[in-house]
Amino acid sequence: MFPPAAESYLTDGRTVWSWLTTHDHKRIGVMFLGLTLFFFLVGGLFALALRIELLTPGRTIMGHLAYNRMFTLHGVTMVWLFMIPAIPSAFGNFLVPLMIGARDVAFPRLNLASVYLYVLGASVTLWGMFEGGADTGWTFYTPYSTTTGTAVLPVLVGVFIIGFSTILTGLNFIATVHTLRAPGLTWMKLPLFVWAIYGTSIIQVLATPVLGMVLLLVALERVVGAGIFDPARGGDPLLFQHLFWFYSHPAVYIMVLPSMGVISEAVCAFSRKNAFSYRMIVYSTLGIAFVGFFTWGHHMFTSGQSTFGAGAFGAMSMLVAIFTAIKIFSWLGTLYRGSIAIESPLLYTLGFMFFLFFGGMIGVAYATTSLNLHWHDTYSVVAHFHFIMVGATVMAFLGALHYWFPKMSGRRAPAKLANGAAVLIIFGFIATFVPQFLLGNLGMPRRYADYPPHFQSLHVASTAGASLLAFGFLIIAGYLAWSLRYGEVAGDNPWGSEGFEWRSASPPPTHNFTTTPEYPTGPHEYAREEVPHAA
Amino acid sequence: MPPEAVTEHWGSEDARKQAAYLGMWVFIATEVLLFAGLFTAYGVYRSVYPEAFRAAQLTMEVGLGTLNTFLLVTSSIVVALAVHAVRGNRPGLGGALLLLAALLGVVFLVVKGVEYAHHVKDGGLPGDAYRFTEVPRVGASLFFTLYYLLTGFHALHVTVGVSVLTVLGVRSASGTFGPAYATPVELGGMYWHLVDVIWLFVYPILYLS
Amino acid sequence: MNELLRRLFFLPEQGSTFAVKVDHLHYVLLLTTFAVAVGIGAVGIFFLVRYRRRTASDPTPRVVAPVWLEALFIGVPLSLFLLWFVLGFKQFVWVMSPPQDALDVYVTGKQWMWKFTYPGGPSAIDTLVVPAGRPVRLLLTSRDVIHSFYVPDFRMKRDAVPGRYTDLWFEAPKPGRHPVLCAEYCGLDHSVMRGEVVVLPPADFDAWQDAQRRNLPVARTPESMAVRGERVAAAQGCLQCHTVTGAPHIGPTWLGLYGRKEPLEGGGAVLADEAYLTESMMDPLAKVVAGYAPVMPGYHSRLSAEDTGALVEFIKSLRPLRPGVTAAEEPVYVPTGR
Repeated sequence: MFPPAAESYLTDGRTVWSWLTTHDHKRIGVMFLGLTLFFFLVGGLFALALRIELLTPGRTIMGHLAYNRMFTLHGVTMVWLFMIPAIPSAFGNFLVPLMIGARDVAFPRLNLASVYLYVLGASVTLWGMFEGGADTGWTFYTPYSTTTGTAVLPVLVGVFIIGFSTILTGLNFIATVHTLRAPGLTWMKLPLFVWAIYGTSIIQVLATPVLGMVLLLVALERVVGAGIFDPARGGDPLLFQHLFWFYSHPAVYIMVLPSMGVISEAVCAFSRKNAFSYRMIVYSTLGIAFVGFFTWGHHMFTSGQSTFGAGAFGAMSMLVAIFTAIKIFSWLGTLYRGSIAIESPLLYTLGFMFFLFFGGMIGVAYATTSLNLHWHDTYSVVAHFHFIMVGATVMAFLGALHYWFPKMSGRRAPAKLANGAAVLIIFGFIATFVPQFLLGNLGMPRRYADYPPHFQSLHVASTAGASLLAFGFLIIAGYLAWSLRYGEVAGDNPWGSEGFEWRSASPPPTHNFTTTPEYPTGPHEYAREEVPHAA
Repeated sequence: MPPEAVTEHWGSEDARKQAAYLGMWVFIATEVLLFAGLFTAYGVYRSVYPEAFRAAQLTMEVGLGTLNTFLLVTSSIVVALAVHAVRGNRPGLGGALLLLAALLGVVFLVVKGVEYAHHVKDGGLPGDAYRFTEVPRVGASLFFTLYYLLTGFHALHVTVGVSVLTVLGVRSASGTFGPAYATPVELGGMYWHLVDVIWLFVYPILYLS
Repeated sequence: MNELLRRLFFLPEQGSTFAVKVDHLHYVLLLTTFAVAVGIGAVGIFFLVRYRRRTASDPTPRVVAPVWLEALFIGVPLSLFLLWFVLGFKQFVWVMSPPQDALDVYVTGKQWMWKFTYPGGPSAIDTLVVPAGRPVRLLLTSRDVIHSFYVPDFRMKRDAVPGRYTDLWFEAPKPGRHPVLCAEYCGLDHSVMRGEVVVLPPADFDAWQDAQRRNLPVARTPESMAVRGERVAAAQGCLQCHTVTGAPHIGPTWLGLYGRKEPLEGGGAVLADEAYLTESMMDPLAKVVAGYAPVMPGYHSRLSAEDTGALVEFIKSLRPLRPGVTAAEEPVYVPTGR
């Protein structure tokens, strides 16, 4: 809100009202960014409280009920208020029209509506927190969620409303990418971030309605005793798990696909190279979006589904893992013979690749089915999905924040400080979650407020790492806030990137482009000499 | 919004129309998946409690259900005729047909309401409220829960559809649409056909079998 | 080597035959993961140093992956993943198929305790006593919400779901004590819902069980599971369609049903074991015995978990006593390969 350039989307109306009624995708993206960052802070504070409680066996700072509510709120906040909207709604909104040479998204008014739906849903959820908070875990497993006496209802309704916001955003991106690409920008020239957002949107519009219906059924179960998931009334609690994971497994890809898009952009921009295999990244994105719908049963290997079912879901999960492995190789290949700038987005990229691979391989281990019997519902699973959700997605989110900070604000963050913070975050992450992985091996179940004493040393290590992580986030928040006003003015393209979004000014004017851009080649073509094959 | 104001954003009216159609199709896909969860639950419990579901089904009022099917299919045809009329530059006729379709929708809701009243009188209520003595509770209470969920959600969609058709009908009658600009009528028609198609799945699994 | 790797990865002691098997796969996967993850990190850092930007305008070549390299990137991990899956799934099938001679124990989870019931008594809370060197099968269910019976030393867990039975089996080769944890979040005291498996030498186990059964005060002797099952069968009306005399009626007779191979309506056959009997009560039409009409109602929510177990025990107790039954007509057990 402190624009250096004379004319930009930031100066086009300076009143709060002009922001609240805007149809500009860039302003909507920035609003989403602010909102998701706020909830990242809230969820992070919950996480810190959890880690402090787990310093000692028995009671440290809170009792069982408070702990159970706290981990539920941590999960609900991080999954639905931060992870799912973070990259698609914030960066996707800001960047997709810029990347495809459009003036705005296809349905600007729906886009604004999705902000308000998000705010409404988040408010209802927050209200539920003040009412005492649910204690079901973010998975709302029946029949516990239908019988517990805590404030589950507002949380269910809140998440239901946020679901609509997600659907509108996804619908908007699909229509935008299909119909608003600039003349000459064919599908196979699209930036990889756009592909990632497109794949994500497909999952969002197809999976989210199922979640909405399931949450509604749980709510009805609580209100009128509908009995759909309650064995005492003839229902089947496992049906809930099937329907829930039919949404929530693809939802994992809603959280991780956009981050893969960010990494594809960053790795090209900071090594000044074309993507090593554009084609493989595109097809694996679509592959993940498709196969991701057929793997939900791998959350239920121990629940009593048939052995054959477990085998089928295990094998499908192996296929999804392949798509991720392909991407990692392609990113590494992109670095080969590049001109690599050691900037914070690139450091986050390296951290991302390491964590995604490690976390992904643990996932492959679960898909062997026999190993899952030991690891299921232990800290190993907690570590696995934090490797993916924090290790991969949050790294990519931070990378995106640093890479596009000049695009959004017109100013640069101090490079040395940013690099230092990135290294601190990466090591803080390792220190937090590797002990949790080992805790899982040792047999520590998740969602435990209290634990047998032989787990303590690893818990202490994990809490120490978490404090490191928190310190790193504080530093980043500090210098980014400072840079908004006092940072060096960036110029239009501070990184020398050939990404399409940098073809407009930074920060961009309200209408994005003064002349219609032309697209003779795909994105990130830096080469001056042609080398057809890897040497 | 009249078309001139958006050509800068869209390049052409054709692109805008294409986006609107695509958006509507995506929306229809999400609606189908919304109902898919309920259909799945119906399939699962029907296979668990086949006799109870059969017995409960026999207490449904097939006559009223069939009447409603007839009403909805008719209104769908009327909407299709309305779209044709608007495209053929007869917005007045189109508007009248749209209002007729909305009226058929209202009749559908009234019939549905009569049916609900009968069930409430018999005690055929969902979940814990189930009091229907003719069919034992186990399984049948689930049938009635799913019955209310499926028809209730569908009725909600009918209500939305009726409002949309009414607005479109009035606007069409006042001459807003024509061959050059018929997109809202076409999209409203698509939505109404969706509502109709969903009923064509709900009707046999609840009333026939 | 086994011991070194086990400690390196913080795995708990190997308390069951399955733990020994599955840990080898553990080691292979973990070592591969660590090696390749470190490799990726190392290659990344190597590229960072080797190809770091020296001047602002370093030229870069356009490098595109050749098709053979893409095929390699897809093929190598895919074959490795599928190999692991085959190895793991074989173990999974093995551990999902309880051997026929297993000792059965009924396990009921409730907030926040475990109840163990032996056919013929006794019952115990939170402590499961089993013999060493003999397979034990647990038939799990829950009284309230979903729990999960987890013994880290056995590398094994299974959810206890209200309204249905799941099973799990293990064989502990050595006497010892192994903690039991609840692994599925079940409310307030989830984290202190703990128990213990005590493995005794077989002779000590028999002595323990005898002593327990003798010590049950006569006046308060809980009826045995089979007796209770008989009462439940009468109360639920099972006997209106199923005889215990061997005569077929509306449904198959229960006499000698347990362990019999029954031909199914529509082809195939099924071994009438605990799983099939339980399934037939909960979902009777899933597998109908040939020659009988599919008329049995489901008892999914009408039978408590204990009543279901009692019925199964009752059916198991109905052995054919007719003279002249030759060995060839006795049920044939096919031991599952292990």
